[in-house]
Amino acid sequence: MPAFPEAAREAVGNPTLRANLRHATHTIRDKRARAVAELDDWAALRETGKRIKDRTLRQLDTYLLQLEEAVTAAGGTVHWAADAAEANRIVTELVRATGETEVVKVKSMATQEIGLNEHLAAEGIAAYETDLAELIVQLGDDRPSHILVPAIHRNRGEIRDIFREKMGSWGRPAPEGLSDAPAELAEAARLHLREKFLRAKVGISGANFMVAETGTLVVVESEGNGRMCLTLPETLISVVGVEKVVPTWQDLEVFLQTLPRSSTAERMNPYTSMWTGTTDGDGPGTFHLVLLDNGRTDALADEVGRQALRCIRCSACLNVCPVYERAGGHAYGSVYPGPIGAILTPQLRGTASEVDASLPYASSLCGACYEVCPVAIDIPEVLVHLRGKVAEEGGKGHRLERAAIKASTWVLDHPGVLATGERLASATRKLHPKRLPGPGARQWTESRDLPELPAEPFRDWWRKNRT
Amino acid sequence: MTDSRARILARIRTAVADAPEAAPVARDYRTSHTPDAPEALLDLLHENLADYRAHVHRTAPAGLAALVARLLAERGARSVVVPPGLPEEWLAATEAARRFDEPRLTPYELDGTDAVVTGCAVAIAETGTIVLDGGPGQGRRALTLVPDLHVCVVRAPEQVVASVPLALPRLAPARPLTWISGPSATSDIELDRVEGVHGPRTLEVVLVTEP
Ligand code: SF4
Repeated sequence: MPAFPEAAREAVGNPTLRANLRHATHTIRDKRARAVAELDDWAALRETGKRIKDRTLRQLDTYLLQLEEAVTAAGGTVHWAADAAEANRIVTELVRATGETEVVKVKSMATQEIGLNEHLAAEGIAAYETDLAELIVQLGDDRPSHILVPAIHRNRGEIRDIFREKMGSWGRPAPEGLSDAPAELAEAARLHLREKFLRAKVGISGANFMVAETGTLVVVESEGNGRMCLTLPETLISVVGVEKVVPTWQDLEVFLQTLPRSSTAERMNPYTSMWTGTTDGDGPGTFHLVLLDNGRTDALADEVGRQALRCIRCSACLNVCPVYERAGGHAYGSVYPGPIGAILTPQLRGTASEVDASLPYASSLCGACYEVCPVAIDIPEVLVHLRGKVAEEGGKGHRLERAAIKASTWVLDHPGVLATGERLASATRKLHPKRLPGPGARQWTESRDLPELPAEPFRDWWRKNRT
Repeated sequence: MTDSRARILARIRTAVADAPEAAPVARDYRTSHTPDAPEALLDLLHENLADYRAHVHRTAPAGLAALVARLLAERGARSVVVPPGLPEEWLAATEAARRFDEPRLTPYELDGTDAVVTGCAVAIAETGTIVLDGGPGQGRRALTLVPDLHVCVVRAPEQVVASVPLALPRLAPARPLTWISGPSATSDIELDRVEGVHGPRTLEVVLVTEP
C-alpha cells in the first residue's frame, strides 16, 4: 500500500473521480447543515453524546459484561475476538456449523476492517454484500471510498457498466438494455438481490449501537437490505467493535437524533432495526454476537487518541474535509478514510507501515471535521498528537518519517486544499503548533512556518460563506 | 475463546487505569421540539411523513374500511397479508384475498403477496417515523418487509408522540422493533434518491382521528 501522498496524487489526477467526489461531498454537507439547524438544542445533544461515550469508554469492561449477560439472557451467544484472525475464525466456524456455503451481508465497517469476505471466500463461503453501494464495490472488484456511500467515487455510467458486465457471474444478470437511470439501476439491484434474500439461511451484520442494560442491538439503514438480512435468515451473526456499546436504553434518544442528521442529513433514516437476542416466531432463531477488539484497546490506552473511539461513523467529517474531497477515500489505505480514518487507522494498526505513518499528515488541520462531529471528537488535536508519535518513533531520516513529511508537504503544496483549510482553521487555533512536533518535522518547518491562521471564528465564516 | 474474553477485559482495565473519571452525563437537551398540541402534532407528522414520500391519508374511524379498500385497489393489490390480531373491520371492504401468517408464510409466499396492512406501536411527529413492535395487528418483522405495499394505520392522538425521547419510553426493548420513516430508499447513485430498493416501494399511512 503506498503512503498517502502517492495514493492521493493518483486521485487528484483523475478528473472523473474528483468531479464525483466534489458533487457528492458538497451535496451532503449542505443538506446536513439544514438538518442540524432544525434542532436548536444540537450543542446540548452533541455534548451529551460525547459524555455518554466517554463514560462508556472509561468503564468499558463493566458495560461489556453487562451487555454479555443481557444478550445471553435473551437467547443470544456472545463471542470475544481479540483480533481480525480470531473474529474471522469464529465467524467461519459459526457459518460452517449451519452447513451453508453462502451468507448475505449488511454493510458493516467492522467486517470490512477484518477482511471477512475475503477470508470466507478462501474458506469456500460466498458472502454477498447487499447494500447497493457495497454491491457496486463488490461487483466492480473495487474498494469502498466513503463510510456512508462506499461507491461515491462511481458515477451512473460506471455503475451501469459494472452491473452489465458482472451481475451475471454472481447470480441474476442485469436486465437487457439496462440504462444509467438511477431508478433502473436500483431496480436491477432489487431483482438481483431478492433471490439471495429469499433463500438466505445465514445473515451477517455489524451494529451501530449495543445497549448494555437491555442487550439490544441497533442497525440504521435506508434500503431495507439490512432488514432482509436481519430478519429472513435462520441464523444471524453480528460482528461489532467493543466501542459500540452504550449504557442505557435512554442513551439511544441522543444518538438516534444526531446520527441520521449528521450522516444522511435526514430527520431519521428510512429503517432502524432493534433486536434483543432472539424472539420466538420472529426473525432468526439463532443469534451470535462477536465482540471485536482488533486494536481498539490499544487506542483506548492513548490518553489523547482514545476519543476516536467515540466515533459513531456518521461520515460528516469526510464530507467537509478539503483533503478528502481531493484525495478520495482510497488514498487513506484503510476502510476508514477521511479525517476519522487519519486518526483511527494509525491507532488501530500502529504506525509501522508507511501508509499508516503518513496518515496523521493527511490533513490541513483546518478544524472543519471537529466542528461537524456529533460526538465532538477533536480530530485536529489527535492528528497533532499522532504526528508527534510518528516523528518520535521514526527517528531522524527514517523512511516512515519521510513518508509522513511528504504527506504534509503534499497537503501544503496544494493551494486549493490549503486555501480552504486556512479559511476554516481558526476554530482550532489553539491547537496549532508553530512548528510540527518531533525532530523529523523540524527540518521541514525550519524552512517555512505553518501557515498563519485567520482570527475569524469558523462559525462566522461558515455562516457568511455557506448558508 | 474464554482466553480472549479475559485478555480483552484485562487490556481495557489497563488502558483506562490512569484515565480521569468521566464527566457526569447531563441531559439538558430538549425532550421535544414541538408545542404540546395534538392537532399541530398530527399536522407535523403528516408533513414529515409526506416529505419522505410516504402517502398520508386521514379518516374518521367510520371511513377506515373504505379507505383501506380504496388504497389496496388503487395499487392493484389482489392479495393482502393479515397480521394476527388485526381488527377485522379494517379489511371489511376490500376484495383482496387474505393471507394469514399461521402457519408462518415462507419468504417466497410473502414475496408472492401484494400488500400488508398493519397497525403500529407509536408514531413520531418530528421525524416522520412509525414504529412497529410486533404487537397485535402488526405481526412479525418480515410481514412488513417483503410485500411491495405497506398500509399502516395510526390511531391519533393516542399513538402519536412529538419526538424520539418521548417515543423510547413507550417501547419495550425486549421486542423486535422496526422504525420506518418513509418507504425504502437509496441515495447511492450520485446521491439521487430512489424509492424502493428492497423494502416496500409504497408506504401508505392512514391517520385515524376521532371526529
Ligand atoms: S469522527 Fe465524528 S464526524 Fe467523523 S464519522 Fe466519526 S462521529 Fe462522524
